[in-house]
Amino acid sequence: MAAWQNLVNFLGPDLARIVVGLVGVLALVQVNALFLVWLERKVAAHIQLRIGPKEVGPFGILQTIVDGIKLVSKELITPRHVDRKLFMLAPIAVFLPVLVSFVVIPFSERLLIRDMNVGLLLIFAFSTFNVLAVLVGGWASNNKYSLLGAVRAVAQNVAYEIPLLLTVLSVVMWSNSLQMSEIVASQSKIWHVFWMPVAALIYLICATAETNRAPFDIPEAESELVAGFHTEYSGMRFALFFLAEYSNMLIVSAVATTLFFGGWKSLPGLGFLPVPGLIWFFAKTYVLIFVTIWVRWTFPRLRFDQLMNFCWKIMIPAALLHLIVYAGIIKLLR
Amino acid sequence: MNSVQSLIQPQVLAQLGFAGVVALTLTGALIAVFPRNILYNVLGLIICLTGVAGLFVYLGSPFIALMELLIYVGAICISIIFAIMLSRPLHLSLPKRHLPKVGLALGVGAAVFIMLSAIISRTEWQPAAMRSNDWSITTLGTYLLTRYDLVFEVISLVLLVAILGAIIISGYARRSTS
Repeated sequence: MAAWQNLVNFLGPDLARIVVGLVGVLALVQVNALFLVWLERKVAAHIQLRIGPKEVGPFGILQTIVDGIKLVSKELITPRHVDRKLFMLAPIAVFLPVLVSFVVIPFSERLLIRDMNVGLLLIFAFSTFNVLAVLVGGWASNNKYSLLGAVRAVAQNVAYEIPLLLTVLSVVMWSNSLQMSEIVASQSKIWHVFWMPVAALIYLICATAETNRAPFDIPEAESELVAGFHTEYSGMRFALFFLAEYSNMLIVSAVATTLFFGGWKSLPGLGFLPVPGLIWFFAKTYVLIFVTIWVRWTFPRLRFDQLMNFCWKIMIPAALLHLIVYAGIIKLLR
Repeated sequence: MNSVQSLIQPQVLAQLGFAGVVALTLTGALIAVFPRNILYNVLGLIICLTGVAGLFVYLGSPFIALMELLIYVGAICISIIFAIMLSRPLHLSLPKRHLPKVGLALGVGAAVFIMLSAIISRTEWQPAAMRSNDWSITTLGTYLLTRYDLVFEVISLVLLVAILGAIIISGYARRSTS
């Protein structure tokens, strides 16, 4: 506590909050990625009747740390024909929205870096930089596979952003706020997922597409495009793309938890248990992440035209209809 | 120790931030105009618009700032990039700058600049304390649907025309090729 007091005295309360929040978020991002890569490999292995990593540490849980050290110590190769400035900028730019998004996510009742009244909007506004970084990286690589991957990534992200925002809009109308803490507070009795299950489903599908995960992983479809937009990246630059992907999984799942699954509130009927909100929050978030991993190893990849048709002909009309219907319901109820 | 502490006073930080945002806007604008690589130009535009969003934060409207990012960076710049990717390859030799065209662009830019500065100088700006503080999303929404509903409708009409145009262009292009 004394150290904290010193820090607050030195920096002032606001700046101290920023510094501590940033350090915490960076730590969370790293640990989360290390854990999720391990989880992904383990779940994939068990779905395919294999064992998965098992050599390093109990159940191979330290495997990703070893992999991480390998990636850090690797040479950063810059191919000769790339656009140097943009090639180096892209992995850094892909990380910006990740850091910004964590600012407004309510991890528990009091653990929240900044409770902005337009918090939800912040996450979606900055997620566009993610698309942009992918595009810049793919273009700067000067490689046809990278460019194709980048074009696909952008087409897909732009398309799936529409139903995503439309469903989020129904939630915002329902809870009458863009502030994350108020959205959680409005679910104190009944979670939004029970009021609007269709919205939750649309959100989860679009979030999977937004994070470029299978069955929507055509931007990096290995069998057609080598590795898509990050084909030319190596070492830590590649690792940054990877880190951003797993952090984005955490973010979309955390936002889903906040919007639909009651945030840091306990499961219905289990409120008497002395479990802090933080644990509930992370438990729900990681269950959602587990579901996306499960989906990835269960469904085959969509073809590009199927993907686009699914979005424009099914998801967007469904999301629009949902919005109109719920606007009517809200009007009737109030 | 004390020099660091004087540097992190909220006032100083706010001014540094403001200088940073203005620098971002101006650098972005320069990159958007001067390099001959069209992708750099778009990225410059994005930097510039991000800076403008920062200016909105300083004007006390984070909602408009985030909308600026969401619409101008997220939608418009991405579609410009799309258009670039579908246009001529960048490794072909660049067309030369035509002096009349540059002159025309300068003329239009200057005209817009003069008009805007005329409007800005004519407006009576009130200090922040004298304006009403209620610029919440609710107020903005109410204004859009009551006092400024004609503007709102006209903007929707423009968007509708744009969508119809896009459909017709793509539809005709497909019909003529198949």
